[in-house]
Amino acid sequence: MSIQTIITWVVVFAVFALTIKPIGTYIVRVFTFQPTFLDRVLRPVENGIFRVVGVSRDDTMNAKTYALALLLTNMAWALGAYILLRLQGALPFNPQHFPDISPLLAFNTATSFTTNTNWQAYAGGSTMSYFSQFAVLSYLQFVTPATGGAAAVAFLRMVSGKKIGNFFVDLTLMVTRLLLPLAVVVTIILVGQGVPETLAPYLHLRSITGQAQVLPRGPIASFEAIEHLGQNGGGYTNANSANPLENPTAFSNIIETVSMGILPVAFFYAFGVMTGRKKTAWTFVGVAGTIFVGMLALIYFPEAAGNPIINALGLHTHANMVGKELRFGVGGTSIFETSTMSFTTGSVASAHDSYLPLSSLSFFLGMFLNMVFGGKGVGLLNLLMFVIITIFLMGLMVGRTPEFLGKKIETKEVTLASIAFLIHPLLILVGSAIAVASPLGLQGIFNPGPQGLGEILYGFSSAAANNGSAFGGLGAALPFYEVALGIVVIIGRYGSIVAMLFIGESLLNKRSVPETSGTMRTDTFLFGGILWGSIVILNALTFFPIMAIGPIAEQYLMMAHHLF
Amino acid sequence: MKWLRSILGVTLGTWLLVGLGYPLVMTGISQVLFPYQANGSAVKLGGRVVASRHVGQYYHQPQYFWGRPSATTPPYNSLASTPSNLGPTNKLLLDHVKSRIKTLQDSIPGLKVSQIPVSLVESSGSGLDPDISVQSALIQIPRVSHATGLSRGFLTRLVDEHVLGPQFGVFGRNRINVMELNLAVYRALHPHA
Repeated sequence: MSIQTIITWVVVFAVFALTIKPIGTYIVRVFTFQPTFLDRVLRPVENGIFRVVGVSRDDTMNAKTYALALLLTNMAWALGAYILLRLQGALPFNPQHFPDISPLLAFNTATSFTTNTNWQAYAGGSTMSYFSQFAVLSYLQFVTPATGGAAAVAFLRMVSGKKIGNFFVDLTLMVTRLLLPLAVVVTIILVGQGVPETLAPYLHLRSITGQAQVLPRGPIASFEAIEHLGQNGGGYTNANSANPLENPTAFSNIIETVSMGILPVAFFYAFGVMTGRKKTAWTFVGVAGTIFVGMLALIYFPEAAGNPIINALGLHTHANMVGKELRFGVGGTSIFETSTMSFTTGSVASAHDSYLPLSSLSFFLGMFLNMVFGGKGVGLLNLLMFVIITIFLMGLMVGRTPEFLGKKIETKEVTLASIAFLIHPLLILVGSAIAVASPLGLQGIFNPGPQGLGEILYGFSSAAANNGSAFGGLGAALPFYEVALGIVVIIGRYGSIVAMLFIGESLLNKRSVPETSGTMRTDTFLFGGILWGSIVILNALTFFPIMAIGPIAEQYLMMAHHLF
Repeated sequence: MKWLRSILGVTLGTWLLVGLGYPLVMTGISQVLFPYQANGSAVKLGGRVVASRHVGQYYHQPQYFWGRPSATTPPYNSLASTPSNLGPTNKLLLDHVKSRIKTLQDSIPGLKVSQIPVSLVESSGSGLDPDISVQSALIQIPRVSHATGLSRGFLTRLVDEHVLGPQFGVFGRNRINVMELNLAVYRALHPHA
């Protein structure tokens, strides 16, 4: 392992460690309406929006109306995005004169961007006008992570005994107070590193050998900034952050990696501040953090060792460089990909389809668990769902009434948490099974052998986890996948959010039980260990069989130098 | 009705702010702060734009240094960036690597497989990787020297001068920007350009 790899990793971890407390505290201050440093600039803007909406900061809803407001607003965005994409040819800022987007692709793109998945069945640089890129796609990359964040804030308020709040207020503040200020800073750093930010048309040039080259340009840096800060992951061009136009240097790679993580990580701490249980929050950070480090190791070491089949040729160096860019190296690429799979961003700095089987296992792990910090706020909700299930299991084992945050966990909470847990594997496994059983689905396979199964499974996992990255070989532009994945992203996104909102309200309405010596504590090393164990066991039971005939089978075949 | 107003209001408000305001203002700021980078980091030769500093170009002539294999069609098509997506056990992957090794050996007599870096025969993530490793440049010197008539000593010095160290001394690895190196070769061949 090179010294540069170590320094890169240390810098990324250090930024998370240094920002978790200040940003976590800041999140709580914003959403409990305490004064913060941007008040003077942003309050007038927000008040303007609130006046149009017809709400005031301290209005509140209930779980049902909050969920309904969330769903209806998201539906309106999907519809609006669909219409604007269909009309692309007639809209401004289209210097390349790209035509309207087809109905199926517009449906797939509108749903996948509205659900924060950002699965892309198109190549941005040759499909989308500047207007579609910034006024439709970049816009959705602001408001959809804000939606997830708002749901998490609402849940946190309820479990800390406060009123749920107003969806429109939370959404607006999420955009103005968290995403916008960070996006401005990140954009400027990225432009300094060489990411274009212009409205000028594509650059036509002729190289010294006389070869013509057309460089896509546009407002790429501002797109890139929010793509990562919101764990969106929709790339401006087809190769996403592997493209030097989106990610030109080793430093820009670190900036994008860090951008993905600071908000999801800080949300874990915000949970602790909001509920007054910081130790419990650190336990959660420990659980997610150890899995993050494990995923990083599982990606880095196989890739650095290289593909045994290629290594047998006796070349000068050993590392799997298929689909990787030289400027990041294996170390920089590995931390980027670990982040994109943990924080469910889905942008990629390399080609996931070309990774070795063990590294793919790490990608799948991130999407299956969906709580290794996860998307901003949403990952926290997923973790809390596992916490409720774990507490229930512990309660069964020792014969005590399960409690969490001073409230009894009863039938209703466990039922809702189980539903939220089961939706995820249901979408992934049933979806993949249908695809594998139908010729329409099989048509999409690019790589033969177990890798082909992996491509389908990855597609459905990515859609269900609202990740958005892909084993790029899969024929995502086939109508079958445009429709099937378009549906999966919707259920995967809203199913668990709505369930968690109702759990929150149910807990809010319960009487607090005083803590006694008999209370099961959630802030101990022991609880962290049991939580870790239940997460791993529950997911292993669900997903091990499919992994065994996918990446694990392929690993053994690769070791035997078997080719397809 | 109240909801319709709320939904439209919040959508329109945030859209004006971050859908239109943010990209347009950021474009303005970027054009002022970093006009060179914001417009694509164009590299000029005699007043004519010949490349972008960050985006790789296709060189396959014997007198120039070659970049990494590109999976776009045609190679290094910056409008259609894409990786090969070939999986680790796909037969095509091995076939491609073998044929690239052969092409290199055919063009550079005496080149041993053990001298060829794996990155020079495996295609990049974007198909536009601007860089190669130092070893990848060094092994091509005999071919470039033979085709251009420039001495091996001169080319070795040129390669040395073009090694880009880790960024800020700590991030990334030693590498060479193929376009910049070839521009230097071009200048040596066309002293008046």
